[in-house]
Amino acid sequence: MRWTLTPVLAVLAALVLVVPLTAEAQGKGTIKVATQSPLSGELAALGEGIKLGTQLAVEKFKGPVEKAGFKVELVPFDDQAKPDVGVANAKNIIADKDILVVIGHLNSGVAIPSSEVYKEVSLVMISPANTNPLITDRGLPNVNRVCGRDDVQGAVAAQFAKDNLKAKSVYIVHNKNQYGQGIAEFFQDTAKKQGMQVLGFEGTEERANFDPILTPVKAKNPDVIFFGGEYPQAAPMFRQAREKGVKSKFLGPDGLDSTELLKLGGDAVVGMHFTTVAGGVREYPKAKEFADDYKKKFGKDPEPFAAQAYDATAIGLKGLEAAIKEAGGKAPTREAVAKAVRKVKHSGITGSVDFDDKGDPKKATYLIYEVAKEWKDNKLVKRLEIAAPAAKKQ
Amino acid sequence: MDWQLVFAILPQVVMDGLVLGFMYALIALGYTMVYGVLELINFAHSEIFMVGAFVGVEILLGLKAHGVLDPLHPFLVLLLIVLAGMLVSGLLAVAIERVAYRPLRGAPRLIPLISAIGVSFFLQDAVRLTESLWRNAFYLTYPSFAVFNRRVEFGEQFDFSIKSLLVVAASLLMLFALQFLVTRTKLGRAIRAVAEDQPTASLMGINVNRIISLTFLIGGAMGGAAGVLFGVQYNTINPFTGFIPGIKAFTAAVLGGIGNIPGAMVGGLVLGLLEAFAASYLSLFTGGAFGAEYKDIFAFSILILILIFRPRGLLGEVVRERA
Amino acid sequence: MGRRFPAGRPLAINLIVLGLILSSAGLVYAVPRSILAFMAFQGSLLVVYYAPLTVRARLGYAALALGVVMPILGTHNGYYMEIAIQVGIFVALALGLNIVVGLAGLLDLGYVAFYAVGAYLWAVFGSPQAAKFVPATVASFPLASGWFFVFLLLGVAVAAATGVLLGLPVLRLRGDYLAIVTLGFGEVIRVLANNLDKPWNITNGPKGITPIQRPPLFFDPLLRAVGIEASPFTLYPLYFYFLVLAVVGVVILVNQRLERSHVGRAWEAIREDEVAAQAMGVPLVRMKLLAFAAGASFAGVMGVIFSAKQLFINPESFTFLESIGVLAMVILGGMGSIPGAIIGASVVTILNLQVLKGISLWLNELRNSGIEILGYNLANLPSQFEPAKYERMVFGIILILMMIYRPEGIIPARRRRLESFHRGEEPGGVP
Repeated sequence: MRWTLTPVLAVLAALVLVVPLTAEAQGKGTIKVATQSPLSGELAALGEGIKLGTQLAVEKFKGPVEKAGFKVELVPFDDQAKPDVGVANAKNIIADKDILVVIGHLNSGVAIPSSEVYKEVSLVMISPANTNPLITDRGLPNVNRVCGRDDVQGAVAAQFAKDNLKAKSVYIVHNKNQYGQGIAEFFQDTAKKQGMQVLGFEGTEERANFDPILTPVKAKNPDVIFFGGEYPQAAPMFRQAREKGVKSKFLGPDGLDSTELLKLGGDAVVGMHFTTVAGGVREYPKAKEFADDYKKKFGKDPEPFAAQAYDATAIGLKGLEAAIKEAGGKAPTREAVAKAVRKVKHSGITGSVDFDDKGDPKKATYLIYEVAKEWKDNKLVKRLEIAAPAAKKQ
Repeated sequence: MDWQLVFAILPQVVMDGLVLGFMYALIALGYTMVYGVLELINFAHSEIFMVGAFVGVEILLGLKAHGVLDPLHPFLVLLLIVLAGMLVSGLLAVAIERVAYRPLRGAPRLIPLISAIGVSFFLQDAVRLTESLWRNAFYLTYPSFAVFNRRVEFGEQFDFSIKSLLVVAASLLMLFALQFLVTRTKLGRAIRAVAEDQPTASLMGINVNRIISLTFLIGGAMGGAAGVLFGVQYNTINPFTGFIPGIKAFTAAVLGGIGNIPGAMVGGLVLGLLEAFAASYLSLFTGGAFGAEYKDIFAFSILILILIFRPRGLLGEVVRERA
Repeated sequence: MGRRFPAGRPLAINLIVLGLILSSAGLVYAVPRSILAFMAFQGSLLVVYYAPLTVRARLGYAALALGVVMPILGTHNGYYMEIAIQVGIFVALALGLNIVVGLAGLLDLGYVAFYAVGAYLWAVFGSPQAAKFVPATVASFPLASGWFFVFLLLGVAVAAATGVLLGLPVLRLRGDYLAIVTLGFGEVIRVLANNLDKPWNITNGPKGITPIQRPPLFFDPLLRAVGIEASPFTLYPLYFYFLVLAVVGVVILVNQRLERSHVGRAWEAIREDEVAAQAMGVPLVRMKLLAFAAGASFAGVMGVIFSAKQLFINPESFTFLESIGVLAMVILGGMGSIPGAIIGASVVTILNLQVLKGISLWLNELRNSGIEILGYNLANLPSQFEPAKYERMVFGIILILMMIYRPEGIIPARRRRLESFHRGEEPGGVP
């Protein structure tokens, strides 16, 4: 026992020695931007996208804040997609007085309890990916999001299925997580209202073998199959569907917005449609710059929520800048930053964000793309601007 | 209810279930081999399986990058990647045994279970690290082969692909090979002797450590083959791919009677069929109230029922409890 | 607990222990962000356990450290309070599982199911959720926060009943057959929680339940009366801390009583040899069911507290990996040993929430500062090497090493210690 402890003690000793040295601040001090997302485990690819998007934005937009005399640093946290880890991290984050902005999370199940912790000190959280209506409907002054809501996106997709794909019947599959099921349910509601026939509504946690799900789908032969979920499941499912001879059109939400969809799905996903809030290169010139920078820096194309994280961070830094100005060049309070962030108007790569009093973007722009043989050639088919619904009193 | 539809898709559902079942059986063989000899649940088997799948995809992508994939005969390629997957996974299993299980052989049974979980965590992230460094992505997909994807069709609602036939054939082949090895060869006799009584076996001149290593080699190779076939069949893999099939296969092994080779096959088939029936039919039979998401509940409930009436599994023999 | 040491220089030892507790606490207070300081404080608790002190003195020091010093430190830095609360929760879970696995020898791979049962029990009725399937004429939801205390007891009862429910069909099963059934049971509970939003909306499915009522701050008027004004944000963590501490105290007491009673001996007899135990007149059915019920009830009560503390729960907190995590705590600490389960749960939780995170943050800081090592600027390190990503890998390696070098656990059960003593090792197994 004793000797196994030696290396641990050595590391600890090193910690004691080095931390005070590196914590040495320059100028007026350090302002930290924290990210919380799963960096390990199965969701790491998506969580990493949030972290990298934030990292890129911090490097790009930290100028004004640094000019004001502060050093800006990124502190990534791994919430492991687990609520208890997320909450412990959140407590750690609020204990670090330098952290003034949090970008996160990926899972609403982690975001909701963690945001209750941020609320204790009015630390602002800007979510790039949590589409659960409950995130903002709780009316917390410190919680905002740049992404759309399940209730809106599901409806947009259903409307598109009817108007553009001329679907008379749909089959809905979702991945049983909060995001996928939420969107799928709202898709179903709208589809029914619009008079489309819903041939099936299935949830599955399956990741590899979609045969048993697809067998009834093939027999019922719907016009459109909608998948509520993210690309790691959507791509193999659509691919297996085509291999099985299913001829329906495919449709999905922004969890599919990644080059990986094409890499994993191959020809099966070419010609399918997805809804998203992140604009492509042609629609927003800034998006091209983002995609190029991302690729140059990290050697890969952005993951689904990276663009949102990028915008969220830009908004956070703008808020910081305003709050510093208001505080007369001194380090602002967390509350002041939260207030300033709520007021920020930002036209980013996922559209113009302007928060309403719940922290939802006042108007979300939804774009619907058709997947081409090369991801960059994806064609914009439709563009919709929709306001977030007012908070329902429970 | 739409009986016409129920019957129309019945053959397809059975086929789906059989293919899935043979896949589980193939993985379950690895659990059963190791368990039969050491009475140890090799929890890291799902990661051995996953590594096999990654070996397969890396070779395929490597061949493709050098442009030699298409000229080669697909069956030759398949044979190559299955063998490579078996080799790497087999050696990996031997290494795991040396590092994480052998030092713990005298310890209570649950101790190696925890080191196995440690190995699992380590391998998952080690593969993720290597792949993110090497390819900057850790979700990988098998290139598709037109030959394997070709479907044999019988009417509107029933068909199957060549690759699912391959899974079935490979599983049957491995089952018989393994059964032959264990019951008919000298090595098999040594394995059975070690399984029966290690001290006595070593007194009889059997090198127990070597036999245990060989058992892990064989079990690991089965896992590797299963991994490659899994990739060919279902396309997409990631470092956490092994987890769910691993648990299911372990369930299948127990269902059939753990430690019993034909039992693994029977257990796998029963579980695969149960899952396919649940996923395809639950929603039809309940008018959408319950759906495919209940397939695991369905499968596990049946499992519990079966074990109540046959506490040693379907084909289980009475195994001595180790104190 | 009582290990006999030759009593020498008791005053000096007492002073050293007291000094350690207070000086480490002072260090935490002075440098609240330093995880090392907090580890020193945690270490001082270990010293209390190992130092040659009388039982009474030991309890006194533990009470001082946990009852007085920790709340002060935790109010100073809420992160430490959160860690302390989570350690408490997992200690109770580990102690519960320790009864089933460690004492009775029944391998349970779905233990977290009972935790889920307790958590959902309060979450459903302590939030507006229940109104979705209970007619408004019966009761209005959420229930008043005072009901929380009733539900603590209900959590015990319902979880125990669930334990019996699981126990009944599996009585005939042994070893790994039992393991797979409990694994299946754990998954069934999780999948049910994830899916029971239709046809009847009981659990709200993957969307989870929020807001969940917290217990009433009944002592707040009292505090105000004596002139202490505190916001709920400082009061609730303290409240939950003491609640968890009290429950853990009760759990430890119950555990000790059980272990030393005829029930505990019957469990150990079952663990060592079921057939022999039965032959000696141990009522197998009753004892096994009792083990499941007792183990489950601890998880149930902690589930109720967890859901109230989190304000929100969904099925993601109750996965198979969570069960495995608790099992790892029990085995790491030393199967069948109460101090072992406590230390195992503490070590794993502190490692995951504090030490590994701390190291990641420190490495990140190194990167941000752009320090050069051998001429290589750390700021250029590719993101694949992000230290936060490899916490689980490091945890895996630690699990392997721990098992290889200390298979009997950190603090082995007394009986096992004696066994290894007979094999010619030192008691306690210090090499």
